[in-house]
Amino acid sequence: MCTVCGCGEGEVTIEGAHAHSHSHDHQHSHQHGHSHDHSHEHSHDHSHDHGHHHHYGLGPARAHAPGLDQARMVQIEKDILGKNDQYARANRARFAEQGIFTLNLVSSPGSGKTTLLTRTLTDLKDKFPLAVVEGDQETSQDAERIRATGVNAIQVNTGKGCHLDGHMVGHALETLQPQPGSVLFIENVGNLVCPAAFDLGEAHKVAILSITEGEDKPIKYPDMFAAADVLLLNKIDLLPHLDFDVERCIEFARRINPAIQIIKVSAKTGEGMQQWYQWLTLNRQSRLIGHPAFADASQGETHHA
Amino acid sequence: MHEMSLCESVLQIVEEEAAKQKFNNVKWLQLEIGALAGVEVEAMRFCFDVVARNSVLQGATLDIVQPGGEAWCMQCAKTIEIKERYQPCPECGGYQLQVTGGDEMRIKELEVE
Repeated sequence: MCTVCGCGEGEVTIEGAHAHSHSHDHQHSHQHGHSHDHSHEHSHDHSHDHGHHHHYGLGPARAHAPGLDQARMVQIEKDILGKNDQYARANRARFAEQGIFTLNLVSSPGSGKTTLLTRTLTDLKDKFPLAVVEGDQETSQDAERIRATGVNAIQVNTGKGCHLDGHMVGHALETLQPQPGSVLFIENVGNLVCPAAFDLGEAHKVAILSITEGEDKPIKYPDMFAAADVLLLNKIDLLPHLDFDVERCIEFARRINPAIQIIKVSAKTGEGMQQWYQWLTLNRQSRLIGHPAFADASQGETHHA
Repeated sequence: MHEMSLCESVLQIVEEEAAKQKFNNVKWLQLEIGALAGVEVEAMRFCFDVVARNSVLQGATLDIVQPGGEAWCMQCAKTIEIKERYQPCPECGGYQLQVTGGDEMRIKELEVE
């Protein structure tokens, strides 16, 4: 069991994170003090070039309450997602305090999300401190692609999970320790359904849709497009080769979410990327108003202008 | 498959209550899952059985109540019933709807011992 927050979620692994280990599961349940040492040793067996994988224990924590009462009714009236919302609130408070501007990138698999992100990092890394939380079901390949840009990244593997949650991100932050004033990108698991429901504490959800997908995706997966503030319409360079109707796609997206900002981009040719950076820079600044990191940020702007 | 995470959250909340209110076993559990909550109730039942194993929820009967979807139509200026989010108003065909009910995802009540 996790000694920081008492968690014991199944199958999730975070590189370099604290104490979670499958093989020491039997000890976790009664020897909390030991779990750190064991899992750190264990993690080295798993380590790749860059970080370490730590495993969450198998299955949820098992609490055993003392005493035995007679049958009775208990009204609890609690939101099922209330727990996640608590973790998300804690993350959000941390971001606000440290002036970290956090974007939750959501899309289907294959939308070009990682390519778009690596290009963004390469173009912006001299402008702001950057950091990445990379969510996938398995492997740390994407985090390695990110690290190749020189930006600090941590991989979270969700195992069978279909989305990142506020709790996983909270733990990832403990290891990643993004600098105050940074822009933090959270690349969610490629899935247009579940990540819509799980708040991570981000400032904005950014949906990425590539024109090799159907133009009706916004109405097929409305929850995600309703939750996002920005839609990046990616691979726009392929437009001459496809029957994708851009206007219709935009109309569908606006039907679900009239306020959504839509930017047409190509991570390959760079088309539209400047607009995306403008959106990011301006929204980051407006978040930072009144924060000490704002002064540094403005200096950075002038410096690189 | 996020029904699995939802069931794990249910277990987590119930375990916290078990420690607070001192019970060891849940015999019956009522959830309220609105029609617009985006949850497959059948998947939820399946995951519940898996998550409940060897826990305080083992053997508990799962009762799911499903309030219907409701929205306020700005053009008609009244509450209407809706089957899904983002559908047009059945009366005027407009999309200016504000969901007012049916998106609940709550644990209501438990029978414990």
